[in-house]
Amino acid sequence: MKRDVIREIESPLLPGNPACQGCPHAIGLKAISLLKNPVLVIPAGCTTVIAGIQPKSSFKLPLIHVPFASAPAVACGLSKAYERAGIDSTVVVWMGDGAADIGFATLSGSAVRNDNIMVIVSDNEAYMNTGIQMSSTTFWKAKTTTSPTGKTEEKKDLALIMLMHRVPYVATASVGYMLDFAEKLKKAEKVKGFRFIHLHSPCPPGWRFDSSKTVEIARMAVKCGAWILWEYDGKFRLTGASRRYRVKSKRIPVKDYLCVQGRFRGLKEEDIKEIEKKIDEVWRLIDLLEKV
Amino acid sequence: MRTILTGNYAVAEAVRLSRVKVIAAYPITPQTTIVERLAEMVESGELDAEFVRVDSEHSALAVVYGSATAGLRSFTATSSHGLLYMYEMCWWVANARIPLVMAVVTRTIGPPWNIHTDHTDILTLRDSGWIIAMAENVQEALDLTIQGFRISEEVNLPFVVGLDAFVLSHTAEVVDVPSQEDVDLFLPERRQAYVLNPNDAIAIGNIAQNEHMMRLRFEMAKDMEKSKDVIEDAGKEFGEIFGRSYGLVEHYRTEDADYVVVMSGAWCGDAKEAIDVLREKGIKIGLLKLSYIRPFPREEIRKLDGKDVLVVDRSFSMSYKGILGLEVGSVLDCKNVIAGLCGVDVSVEEFVKMFKMFTNGEIRDVEWWLK
Repeated sequence: MKRDVIREIESPLLPGNPACQGCPHAIGLKAISLLKNPVLVIPAGCTTVIAGIQPKSSFKLPLIHVPFASAPAVACGLSKAYERAGIDSTVVVWMGDGAADIGFATLSGSAVRNDNIMVIVSDNEAYMNTGIQMSSTTFWKAKTTTSPTGKTEEKKDLALIMLMHRVPYVATASVGYMLDFAEKLKKAEKVKGFRFIHLHSPCPPGWRFDSSKTVEIARMAVKCGAWILWEYDGKFRLTGASRRYRVKSKRIPVKDYLCVQGRFRGLKEEDIKEIEKKIDEVWRLIDLLEKV
Repeated sequence: MRTILTGNYAVAEAVRLSRVKVIAAYPITPQTTIVERLAEMVESGELDAEFVRVDSEHSALAVVYGSATAGLRSFTATSSHGLLYMYEMCWWVANARIPLVMAVVTRTIGPPWNIHTDHTDILTLRDSGWIIAMAENVQEALDLTIQGFRISEEVNLPFVVGLDAFVLSHTAEVVDVPSQEDVDLFLPERRQAYVLNPNDAIAIGNIAQNEHMMRLRFEMAKDMEKSKDVIEDAGKEFGEIFGRSYGLVEHYRTEDADYVVVMSGAWCGDAKEAIDVLREKGIKIGLLKLSYIRPFPREEIRKLDGKDVLVVDRSFSMSYKGILGLEVGSVLDCKNVIAGLCGVDVSVEEFVKMFKMFTNGEIRDVEWWLK
């Protein structure tokens, strides 16, 4: 099964597209190729640029650009229309943490209606397309252009909030673990109703690391426990690599993950300890959810 | 069938008769009863459509933008703050050239809170690329909504029909509700410039080169002008089938008039009565009702050249003149009265007084009718 999925993955993006070197979206988008009859809905963000300049398109599939805060609602309209017309399609919203911030009411409303759509938030933990500004999923203490000495607010856990909407499928994923993401996508495709995947997408220019290291950094996030892979399909469970890191002693030090990123430069020892504490708290909640 | 309906229920009937397939809306007074009635129709099976309960007006227009882009006839409705909240989507739908119809029950913009009529809300759409129609009475609200689908789908521009808060939205009048058979005769199957579907790998809205995009705007402006003929033809054919003709403007006793008042919306009914009173006194005055603000009936206004023209505005473009005052003033010299903002009532007697002042030369260039 696993080998089959890997063999199936190709890129819906054409060569020569304008994604940055090492762009996590360009990696994550590959998984979309696994879906049958997708229609992509893209609000403002880096993927707006990646899609190219008309009359050309970087994508080998149908797509529509939509205003920043509107994507799940437009997707709802498309999906209702296809259902009525008997057209088989998976309407996929591909958006960033910025669109999820500004369009949070739209996202929540769509989940409440249990719209028959799939929403993927490719989260690079800041507003990268406008030049690295803080978002609600930016890590505490991470430097952005609007938090030049480090973010002072907490990081919001978007996937858990979406889980509380009681929708049929919610998962986290990482561009560092494409097989895990691909399997979740295939599973979500078969679910009817609102499906949400929160994809962790380390951004080389935004996080200040070398563009050859996107996958490595994404894996370090999982290995240190800062990003946790899980899914809910009626039952909540850890998936893939994160199952191993349930036990704290098996994780790599959080410091190793933080210190390779320019956005955390100058972090004090006590800050690292505080971040560790915050990560432990998330794990405590995840443990409890697994036992429900 | 002749029956008694409020303006809002009449719009709902028009939506049903137009065989709309997707409706999305968020409640706001005084629009709410349009979508309440539609929700009822959908749940009872009177109307075979999807009714999507959304989180905001922005999402309401976003949902119908999606369904209309996928090829289904779609409708939404709002008022005032709801319209402002969906404003970004209004421009998006227009620039994307997606045909759909919206009803705006015209209402004052706050603060302070006020739910009564004022045309400034709907006229914020005037630069956006929507066709803007204004109803004078409940029958017109119904008829213009049906015509809206045909016109919008022919020129690939969205269509908004305005009806005054409470004066029309909540006032019951005798109306003729057309038969489904006749509406089917008037309103063809939906057509549109393009449809997004999973079998066709097109990209809609990709970043455009400046020169290319400016050409798109140019084409849009041309089509907006072209819509004048489409509106006249649709209005005429509507008359042939239903006995009530429509067009960009309606002339009321203007043929031999020395004085012409230009107005739009529900209070045209009161103004007509005032015109009758002055006519009885031998004053040659008439009314030019603007049924459409976009496209703007420039040619019809130009025909008034040589007559004394007064524009009575229920809207204001903050600084000097009313919005219609500016628009008409761009074609010929006119006096401008700003009246009836924020739901302030203007009675027939007051119109008589106002029009007398006008014919006596007592109205300044811009006059505020304060109470």
